[in-house]
Amino acid sequence: MPESSTRLSVRKTYKLYVGGKFPRSESGRTYLVDGDNVSLASRKDARDAVVAARAAQPKWAGATAYNRGQVLYRIAEMAEARRAEFVSLGVAAAEVDAAIDRWVWYAGWSDKIAQVAGGANPVAGPFFNISAPEPTGVVAVVAPASLLGLVSVVAPAVVTGNTVVVVAGNPQVAVTLAEVLATSDVPAGVVNILTGHAAEIAPWLASHDDVNAVDLSGVDDADLATELERAAAGTLKRVLRPTAAPDWTADPGVGPMTALLETKTVWHPKGF
Amino acid sequence: MFDYAPAPESRSIVDIAPSYGLFIDGAFTEAKDSFKTINPATEETLAEVALAGPEDVDRAVAAARRAFESWSALPGSERAKYLFRIARIIQERSRELAVLESLDNGKPIKEARDVDLPLVAAHFFYYAGWADKLRYAGFGPDPRPLGVAGQVIPWNFPLMMLAWKIAPALATGNTVVLKPAETTPLSALFFADVCRQADLPPGVVNIVTGAGDTGRYLVEHPDVNKVAFTGSTEVGRQIARSVAGTGKRLTLELGGKAANIVFDDAPIDQAVEGIVNGIFFNQGHVCCAGSRLLVQESIAEELLDSLKRRMSTLRVGDPLDKNTDVGAINSAAQLARITELSEIGAAEGAERWSPECPLPDRGFWFAPTIFTGVTQAHRIAREEIFGPVLSVLTFRTPAEAVEKANNTPYGLSAGVWSEKGSRILAVADKLRAGVVWANTFNKFDPTSPFGGYKESGYGREGGRHGLEAYLA
Repeated sequence: MPESSTRLSVRKTYKLYVGGKFPRSESGRTYLVDGDNVSLASRKDARDAVVAARAAQPKWAGATAYNRGQVLYRIAEMAEARRAEFVSLGVAAAEVDAAIDRWVWYAGWSDKIAQVAGGANPVAGPFFNISAPEPTGVVAVVAPASLLGLVSVVAPAVVTGNTVVVVAGNPQVAVTLAEVLATSDVPAGVVNILTGHAAEIAPWLASHDDVNAVDLSGVDDADLATELERAAAGTLKRVLRPTAAPDWTADPGVGPMTALLETKTVWHPKGF
Repeated sequence: MFDYAPAPESRSIVDIAPSYGLFIDGAFTEAKDSFKTINPATEETLAEVALAGPEDVDRAVAAARRAFESWSALPGSERAKYLFRIARIIQERSRELAVLESLDNGKPIKEARDVDLPLVAAHFFYYAGWADKLRYAGFGPDPRPLGVAGQVIPWNFPLMMLAWKIAPALATGNTVVLKPAETTPLSALFFADVCRQADLPPGVVNIVTGAGDTGRYLVEHPDVNKVAFTGSTEVGRQIARSVAGTGKRLTLELGGKAANIVFDDAPIDQAVEGIVNGIFFNQGHVCCAGSRLLVQESIAEELLDSLKRRMSTLRVGDPLDKNTDVGAINSAAQLARITELSEIGAAEGAERWSPECPLPDRGFWFAPTIFTGVTQAHRIAREEIFGPVLSVLTFRTPAEAVEKANNTPYGLSAGVWSEKGSRILAVADKLRAGVVWANTFNKFDPTSPFGGYKESGYGREGGRHGLEAYLA
């Protein structure tokens, strides 16, 4: 915020976003990022965030697709109102616009992805047979630093009914997004955001038995990425690891959503 | 049970050579070492088979890499015709291949003939048709193959698992190095001959036989772009660890401990047939077997009486007899595992029951077995037995049934039996499993995606979904 000569500005502490609340790290630790005070998340915070995400998941997945779409669109509305704040954090105006538009784009997917990714299967027998996508569950995301990158990994996860624990790439940008989410009808626990060091927190998430998938889009260190991928093998988590540096401005396609969906196929006999 | 006259299928239709090499670059080649494959029903040696070492796997991957350039550049419509040819040859040779499969695996000829082989041919027909239609499959306007696929398959449905792996890989323009299971290598080697008959270009399909080490060489080979594995969750974990950081694409179809849920309004006779099919089909050597029966308490007694009566009519014995329902256990090692877990089940307090059931003197056999009074803490309720052993648990409410069904790290399949449509749909929605059979069980089709949730693996085989694993 620009400081006027007559008034001392009120500084903000950037806190974690877990279970719909903004707690400090249980560890009591903070760190300075570009002069701002930021909570430094611990292993315990990561575990608390997984508990919150798991608790929120069945109800979020059970909400109607229409409802999830409405919530995502509301996020776009709230983000629009905070354009200036994102810009003040150094995010280019065009990127803020693109990030808001991405929420709108994904909002529309909520009640379409099942038809695109699923459908009736013409089996050779007297059976009704249908495949439908379902959320994989709790997704741990090591997010890219950019706002557009962050939105591009969180939105496809949640629009499909997953809940997420995000390790922020850029703490101030991520917590500001959390403040958008907190005022956007997003149920508590659907998105949880941790600030701190990916190298410290992410291994706990990748090896956590109650996490179903990990998205490593924001991991720049190849050794850390391999370590996380290996840790994820313990419970056979789904792993997203983009091979090249992703172009977040490109059309995302359905891949980011289908990677976090399971296909369930149901058979039933036909007969009088 | 009244007696049937023996009705043996003739094995004269199959000509098994005394020894087989590795199928690399369109020709059978020698390897330094070899191993024997036996008939698990008699323990007689069927053939001597080459054991592929690291340098053999190298040769196979190099052949697949060379073949990839021209195979991937071939118009989809031409690749399709090769696959159609293969499908047709399999149909023409299906009796021979069914008898071979029964000999090497121990499964009843009835199942090899009526389930495995028809599904194998159908799978090639299905994916043949995709080869020139990939841009309509929903994976972008110009989907590209990945390169060389290293594929490792299990022994329970040897040729069917081969079809599930090779058909989509070839349709999408990839080339393949496939390792069949150590105890069931023969049908893959016969498939190599099918490829030659079809004039498939050399190197497009390579078959390397061997044991776990051969599989590891293949999976860890640096020039493999895609790994596809079907087998145990433990090996799946190791593979996931070993490909970490390599950028290889990976699909895993792993173990299961499926719940088969029977509600009090289920049609009892049909449910009993479904339970029997669910756990005794293929000697229970089925990753999606309905190995945990969850029966509503109010009908448990009636259902179990009926189930035991039905089990008493199962014919266990000579796999080549057309009347046989339950064949031989695939290997001594698998028999030891089934025996051990069953002994643990009894020791932990569950009540064991099998019908009167004379078993042959030679070969590997295990009588169909059920355990009642099983709790969720029992190892036989938690671990995959991969044999003809059913654990029976009870429940009172639908919510309890769902809770118990999902109380497992696995999530491959599940069954629901009820006459109430709304209940079936609600329960199917809540089950965390990739395939849900409602008022049926163990049904498969090339158009129907198959694969698991949670620790049963990731990726789908079959249907449009099955293409995704082989496309960039």
